[in-house]
Amino acid sequence: MTVILGKPLPVLMAQLLLGLVNGSFYALLSLGLAVIFGLLNVINFSHGALYMMGAMLAWIGAEYLGLGYWPMLVLAPLAVGILGMAFERLLLRRLQGLDHLYGLLLTFGATLLIQGLFRSFFGVSGQPYPVPELLRGSVNLGFMVLPLYRAWVVLVSLVVCLLTWFVIERTPLGARLRAGTENAALAQAFGINVPLMITLTYGFGVALAALAGVLAAPVLQVQPLMGSDLIIVVFAVVVIGGMGSIAGSIVTGLLLGVVEGLARVFYPPGSATVVFVVMAIVLLVRPAGLFGREA
Amino acid sequence: MRARSKLLLPALRVGVALAIAAALPLVGAYPVFLMDVLCFGLFAAAFNLLLGYSGLLSFGHAAFFGAAAYACGVALRDWGWPPEAGLLLGVLCAAGLGALIGALGIRRKGIYFAMITLALAQMLYFVFLQAPFTHGEDGLQEIPRGRLLGVLPLADDLVLYYVVLAIVAGAWISMGRVIGSPFGQVLLAIRDNEPRAISLGYATDRFKLLAFVLSAALAGLAGALKALVLGFASLTDAHWSMSGLVILMVLVGGVGTRWGPLVGALVIVGLEHKIGEIGAVLANFTGISWFSTLGEAVTMVTGLIFIVCVMAFRRGIVGECIDWWHRRRGGLSV
Repeated sequence: MTVILGKPLPVLMAQLLLGLVNGSFYALLSLGLAVIFGLLNVINFSHGALYMMGAMLAWIGAEYLGLGYWPMLVLAPLAVGILGMAFERLLLRRLQGLDHLYGLLLTFGATLLIQGLFRSFFGVSGQPYPVPELLRGSVNLGFMVLPLYRAWVVLVSLVVCLLTWFVIERTPLGARLRAGTENAALAQAFGINVPLMITLTYGFGVALAALAGVLAAPVLQVQPLMGSDLIIVVFAVVVIGGMGSIAGSIVTGLLLGVVEGLARVFYPPGSATVVFVVMAIVLLVRPAGLFGREA
Repeated sequence: MRARSKLLLPALRVGVALAIAAALPLVGAYPVFLMDVLCFGLFAAAFNLLLGYSGLLSFGHAAFFGAAAYACGVALRDWGWPPEAGLLLGVLCAAGLGALIGALGIRRKGIYFAMITLALAQMLYFVFLQAPFTHGEDGLQEIPRGRLLGVLPLADDLVLYYVVLAIVAGAWISMGRVIGSPFGQVLLAIRDNEPRAISLGYATDRFKLLAFVLSAALAGLAGALKALVLGFASLTDAHWSMSGLVILMVLVGGVGTRWGPLVGALVIVGLEHKIGEIGAVLANFTGISWFSTLGEAVTMVTGLIFIVCVMAFRRGIVGECIDWWHRRRGGLSV
């Protein structure tokens, strides 16, 4: 058996893959945060709760509505996106012009409310969610055994992230979005419907979180608190990457997932804190973040 | 005469409040509940020093509160230190951590500052989760209260209550002195317009860091006191939901007001203690049995209060009262 740095290769590869899977969730979540922050100047604390909601909806769909993985992969993000747009319209919008910290506090309150609601209805115990029929099993690549579902998670996340990047950076719609991010008042004066764009952007951002949640459902335990610690790691990812660039948040997310996977192999007790340590180092060396611009 | 009454009025208010607080356990209020409120009042006041007077939103204050609680608990229980030394150790630990986290945090501004403090506090939480001296999920239990300065038997709830009241009042009054000092005025200037403060020649980062360390130390004092009062220190003290709770207390009471944090702590701690009963009453009254489960759904209620406060009640209870008073006297609304 091949051994690298004292660790058998299959162990190393398995943890690396798990790291990539986690990294895909980080990438999807931090991408959503960055897109929302760009246009609304709000850090969406409820991102973790909405990720949880995506996973819970997938589970509810299977448990109560007889809807399997594939329909929920579309329906859950759609439902969460619509809910997010209503939230933006009814509440978040009214905080425009106030200190940005109020947006953080409002979404923090929403997080507690959502988590509390799901807890009071479904309890805190983890619910198993089966891997869809089509993606069961694994492929032996010789140096490692690749479980199909994990590969699928990484693939979908990458495709969605790249599509988002393409739409924002390379299409007329994205150009309008970037104009709104740069200077909302001026974009509005040029006839772009900025308030509508803000609503749609928020909806899209939280839909990404819900998508990550549905993807995570078969890999992790589905339970109402699954997003609460995750969101803090994603915040650290966002601080490390800086929210200036779309590509930056994708790359940083994947990278940190891998770093975490490596930590699990070489120093397991450090795997929970390694992202925060990286954040502290980045703050010392490059305070604006790896891809950020100091605002 | 007018100038004198202006000086006397705040002192009079503090005196009346102290007299009421001192009388409360004598008329039947439960001392441990009152001490809980006082500890959280101090914690909230320390947090308000940062948010209300320096404009820095820290999302990691539970780290200082929890670390000091652990430090005090270990010193009292495992090392047999006297309570005054345990409290001091708690404050010093919190101040040290405050210097570290603050120095990293102030490298970024605004929302990033909030995220960095949150992330670093979470890191500390994981350290506490794994370190042997915290006893993990069980927490440090049965911390002895000992005798203060070798004389005062703190095991007596009433004696401890007056000691806690004296410490919290002392810390709260000192905070007022800090805010009124030239240092405090510079903090206000930084809060209102940092570039202007920089252009006036102030090294704003140093002021912010000092304010952060001060706030962390006082939050630590609150945490150490709480460990002394309740006799245990647990992971809950260091969890991010505790940071959220202290933000809520300040928000409910009134950001940037002297009395707000105390009022906010009273409301929120009172609510946490009584929410089960409130739920039962609501269930009886409305006939909706779901309300009787309200006691287990504290987070949900907390979240709801958060949303209501941010949307409609940003001045907080004390802020609204001050505003109402100004309007009634025909002055300008602030």
